[in-house]
Amino acid sequence: MGKNKLRLRFCKTGNAKYISHLDLMATLQRALLRAGVNLRYTEGFNPHPIMSIALPLSVGCESVCELMDFEPEGVLPDNLNDYLSEGITVTDAYVSARKFADIAWLGIRGSLVFDGDIDELQACFGQESIIIQKKTKRGVNDLDIVPFIRDIEFHAGDMITMTAKISAQNPTLNPEHLMQALEGDLKPDFTTFCRTEVYDAEMNIFR
Amino acid sequence: MDIKLQNILQKVQKPARYSGGEYKQIVKDKSAGLLRVAYCFPDTYEIGMSNLGLRILYGLLNARDDVWCERVFAPWGDMEALMRENAIPLYGLESGDSIRDFDIVSFSLGTELSYTTVLNMLDLGGIPVKAKDRSDDDPLIIAGGMCAFNPEPLADFIDLFVIGEGEEVLGEIIEAYKLAKSQGVNKTDFLEAASAIGGVYVPSRYDVAYNDNGTVEKIVPQRGVPLPVEKRFVTDFDAAYFPTDTIIPSTGIVHDRVVLELFRGCVRGCRFCQAGHITRPVRARSPETLTRQAIESIQNSGYDEITLSSLSTSDYGGLFPLCDQLLDWCESRKVSLSLPSLRADNFSVELMERVQKVRKSGLTFAPEAGSQRLRDVINKNVTEDELLNTCAIAFSGGWNGVKLYFMLGLPTETDEDVLAIAELSRAVLDTWKRTAKNKHRGVRITVSTSCFVPKPHTPFQRELQVTMAEYQRRVDLLRDALKSSKAITYNWHTPETSFIEATLARGDRRIGAVIESAWRQGAYLDTWSEYFSLERWLQSFEQCGLDPAFYATRERAADELLPWRVVSSGVSEDHFRCERERAQANQITPDCREQCSACGVAELATGGVCHGQK
Repeated sequence: MGKNKLRLRFCKTGNAKYISHLDLMATLQRALLRAGVNLRYTEGFNPHPIMSIALPLSVGCESVCELMDFEPEGVLPDNLNDYLSEGITVTDAYVSARKFADIAWLGIRGSLVFDGDIDELQACFGQESIIIQKKTKRGVNDLDIVPFIRDIEFHAGDMITMTAKISAQNPTLNPEHLMQALEGDLKPDFTTFCRTEVYDAEMNIFR
Repeated sequence: MDIKLQNILQKVQKPARYSGGEYKQIVKDKSAGLLRVAYCFPDTYEIGMSNLGLRILYGLLNARDDVWCERVFAPWGDMEALMRENAIPLYGLESGDSIRDFDIVSFSLGTELSYTTVLNMLDLGGIPVKAKDRSDDDPLIIAGGMCAFNPEPLADFIDLFVIGEGEEVLGEIIEAYKLAKSQGVNKTDFLEAASAIGGVYVPSRYDVAYNDNGTVEKIVPQRGVPLPVEKRFVTDFDAAYFPTDTIIPSTGIVHDRVVLELFRGCVRGCRFCQAGHITRPVRARSPETLTRQAIESIQNSGYDEITLSSLSTSDYGGLFPLCDQLLDWCESRKVSLSLPSLRADNFSVELMERVQKVRKSGLTFAPEAGSQRLRDVINKNVTEDELLNTCAIAFSGGWNGVKLYFMLGLPTETDEDVLAIAELSRAVLDTWKRTAKNKHRGVRITVSTSCFVPKPHTPFQRELQVTMAEYQRRVDLLRDALKSSKAITYNWHTPETSFIEATLARGDRRIGAVIESAWRQGAYLDTWSEYFSLERWLQSFEQCGLDPAFYATRERAADELLPWRVVSSGVSEDHFRCERERAQANQITPDCREQCSACGVAELATGGVCHGQK
């Protein structure tokens, strides 16, 4: 473990939501170099900077609570955000002893364009079990997602707002899995999601 | 971004290509009444963002406070289909505004196979593809780049071509456009005024008559327009604008690194090479300027790699001082340096040894022809000894892979010349056996061939291209000859795209109908094998009553008027004729540093910038 291990908390919103995980790593690495921050590199034939982002977001999903561990040489400048592209904003940088493996729940907020009644959506997620097909490394498996969703709520508005907490790891759910429950008549015309917070197993905010 | 667009971006591959918002993109005030320029690159984001010309002109145009220039790329098929389905017109990445609402829509033409993409981009923007179908309300459609040196195939579609380098002339066009706009002048009158700007070719101001046999009879300029239009170029290249603070894409592109431009032009004069001829005279930046630009670029971008770009990097006079200065700065910062376009001479390997201290990847050389006779014909002044010595140094230095590039179908090529490629490749293999230190690691020698495409403004502009069947026969011949050597891999490019490229490269105005017909039948992104269809092109030729063989596989008589004589690169017809005769006599021509061959460019180069004239 390097001595200068830092955790960066940042938002990835707007057009930046289309940046893939791999491209985001390169984007952040370059932004840090532009800001004059050198990173510690791995040793070996093909050195690459040591950086790790917790729970990669899917392309198209926004977040206001991304976390990245890295090992800078020296201190971070205050104006780091001046070196970042539109939609990526650093909100905090701190030392943390907690491991990403402790993250258990993700807060999400969705905006849905849906012609039907909001109660139908609430009712759908009120069922005792919802079986979806989830792709894993070993193929496609059936999964009951109900045990892995907490506090799901829908609110009316210009677009319907959905908030929920979903399982972050073992299994990892993402908003698209929830939307699979709405296939058919309940399928929204448009959805967009944002990751709002990360929690540990006791539903305390993870930092 | 509106919901309709967000919705389709959730369905396409690599949506970051279509969203904009990269670091250092330039956004200006939409309501400020700026002159809006859409800089369209008729290929994907990954290819277009790797183009240095785009970055130079984007930077220069946006440096003006009266202009807002935006980028536009060709959407991949999935996105293109969804845009049409959802009636989303092609838009500028910075503003999201439809290109139809811009003042000037400009295309960069780097390859003839992009012509159908140009048409499709106009159509996706809701702009009529043909100049005569557009009204004064439609944007002005302009084009430049390498392929503008034969503008005729696109004469029906483009209002105005820029011949040569765009740095200065674009500004002049913008001034003329602003003046015309303030005076309420219509497009026809504007084009008349613009045709007086040096380096501007307005096709509607010229009439072309054809002979019964299909060749050009005469090119008649209308009142007051020049014939030929002389190209423009930057005379003081050391002082010319270079974008050291440019857009950093948020998604991977083809050349994802700092690209330094060492010089323009080439002293070599390889007889097949269009770039080497149309970019004369040679103009270089000083090592000091380049080092400063490199450091600024690295600091502003956060990239960790610099590549040195030019047509022939080992010919750059200050290469050693430059590399020393750069390496001094780069090494402590983990920035690496790469050198493409090296020649197969000893100098190059010495340089590679210095530069690539850590990783020893493959070496790539382009002898272009297998026999010394044929290399003399094309004036590729590399000898077998030089190539083998270079390989010997490389192999003994730890390299264990070489890629060799050749063309088949070069003028005067015989079966003996084809087989000489196999002999040369085996000589490289023998050199490895003799000199390699780590033989247990094996060796990879890759031989690639492509079909020669004769290009305008070269000594070979009147030569024929061999038929696809003949190319394939020569491929088979070479493949048989290389069969016995397991260490040598032979890859050949299929001739279909080269054949269509050859028709378009030396096409006249009539071929515009073929381009339009191919596009109407779905041709788009023809540079990509996923999309290219020979069948579709052949059908289009047939429908238009034109024979592709007339353009590709026909030798032009010495006195035939060539369609691209409407423009001049500064290299004279006399020079091309003389060089062609020397080629037929297996005679080489020394490079410009040794002896001026009086190609004609020196006359353009007022201020004494031509090589050896300083």
